[in-house]
Amino acid sequence: MNFCSQGNYDNMTNPNEPDIVAFCCHYSAYAWSQDLQNLPRLGFPENVRLEILPCSGRISIIRLLKAFEQGADGIYVAGCKDDTCHNVRGSRIAKKRVDYVKNVFDQLNIEPERIEMFMISREPNRGFIEAAKEMTMRIKKLGPSPLKGK
Amino acid sequence: MIVGQRKPIQEIIGMLKGIKNILILGCGGCATVCSAGGEKEVEILASIIRIDRKKKGGPVETKEKTLARQCDTEYLEELKDEVDKYDAVLSMACGVGVNFLADMYPKTIILPALNTSFMGVSEEQGVWSERCAGCGNCVLDKTGGLCPVARCSKHLLNGPCGGSQNGRCEINPDIACVWQLIYDRLKGLNQLEKLQEIFPMKDWSSSLHGGPRKIVREDLTL
Ligand code: SF4
Ligand code: SF4
Repeated sequence: MNFCSQGNYDNMTNPNEPDIVAFCCHYSAYAWSQDLQNLPRLGFPENVRLEILPCSGRISIIRLLKAFEQGADGIYVAGCKDDTCHNVRGSRIAKKRVDYVKNVFDQLNIEPERIEMFMISREPNRGFIEAAKEMTMRIKKLGPSPLKGK
Repeated sequence: MIVGQRKPIQEIIGMLKGIKNILILGCGGCATVCSAGGEKEVEILASIIRIDRKKKGGPVETKEKTLARQCDTEYLEELKDEVDKYDAVLSMACGVGVNFLADMYPKTIILPALNTSFMGVSEEQGVWSERCAGCGNCVLDKTGGLCPVARCSKHLLNGPCGGSQNGRCEINPDIACVWQLIYDRLKGLNQLEKLQEIFPMKDWSSSLHGGPRKIVREDLTL
C-alpha cells in the first residue's frame, strides 16, 4: 500500500504487480485511518495506492481519467453503502462518475472492468480490504493497461 | 440557452484522424451552463483523446482553452496569434461558435465536438428540454406563454390534433401535449376566449424557410 499525492501517479510499486489507484472516502476508510500503516499486515495489497477523499462524491471524472492516463492499470472508488452515505448521496454521485468513465473506456475499446465503484459498509469489517484484493485479482487477469509501453 | 451534447467519442476520434496538434476550445456561455462544452468538459475530452492516441501509439498534442463565448469577435480574436500553431481547432461551443470560428479563421480546420440540440431550459440538474424554435414571429401572447411551434410535435397552431390523450402527446407520451397545457393555463387565467381566435396560415419566411436570417440595428451599429 502506498499513498500518493494528488496528480502524481508514477508507479511506486512492484512493476510485476498491477498498479491500482484507489480513491477512498474518509468514512469508508475511517475504521482503518488510525491504523493505515498496518494495513499490509492485515492483507491490504501492497500494489494499491490509496488516496483518501473527504467524501467519495468529491471524485471528479477528470481525476479518474488522469489516473488512467498516467499509468494506472486499474482504478477504483470506495465509498459508503448507498443508503448510509455520511454525506447522504456522495457515493451515489461517485458511482455515476465511475459509470461515466466505464462508458468512455467501453467506447475506446478498453475493458470497462478496469474501473469500479465499491460501496462498502462503514462498520469496521473487511470490505475495505476485500475491495482492494478483488480489484488486484481482477486486474491481474486483465493484464497491464493497454496504454503501457506505448 | 442553447443546449447541446457532446458527440459520440468515436465520431470525434474519426474526425481527428491524422491530426496531431489540436486546440480543444470550450465556450464559457451556454455550452458551459448545459455542461457540454465548458472548461470541465474540455479537460475531459482532451484526456479521452490522449488516452485513445496513447493506446494506439499515435502522438498527439492537446491544448485546452475556454473563451468567454465563441459567438463574439472580441473573444475569438484572442486566438489570432496562436491559431496557426494548431492542425485543427475542436470547438466545444454550439454550432454558432463553430461557424463563427470558421468564418474568422479561413486557413484553420475547425471541427465540432458537440451536437447542438435546441433552445431550452434546465428543468432540473441533468435534465433539459426545448421551449422555443426561433420562428421569428412569436405567438405566445395568444397561447398563454406556451409555444405550440417548439412544444407540439406537429407544430399545430389551432388546437390539438385528435391524438392528445390524458394530457400526453400521441407522438411521444413522455412529453405533455402542449395544447392541453395551453388550454389548462388559459382556463386558469380566465382567458379561454383566446382560443376562439383562428390563427391564419403562419408565414414561415421569418423562420428558416426564408433563408438565413440577419438583424441589423441601426441604433447600435457604429
Ligand atoms: S412562437 Fe416562435 S418565437 Fe415564440 S416561442 Fe414559439 S418558436 Fe419561439
Ligand atoms: S398530441 Fe398534442 S402535442 Fe402531440 S401532436 Fe397532438 S396536439 Fe401536438
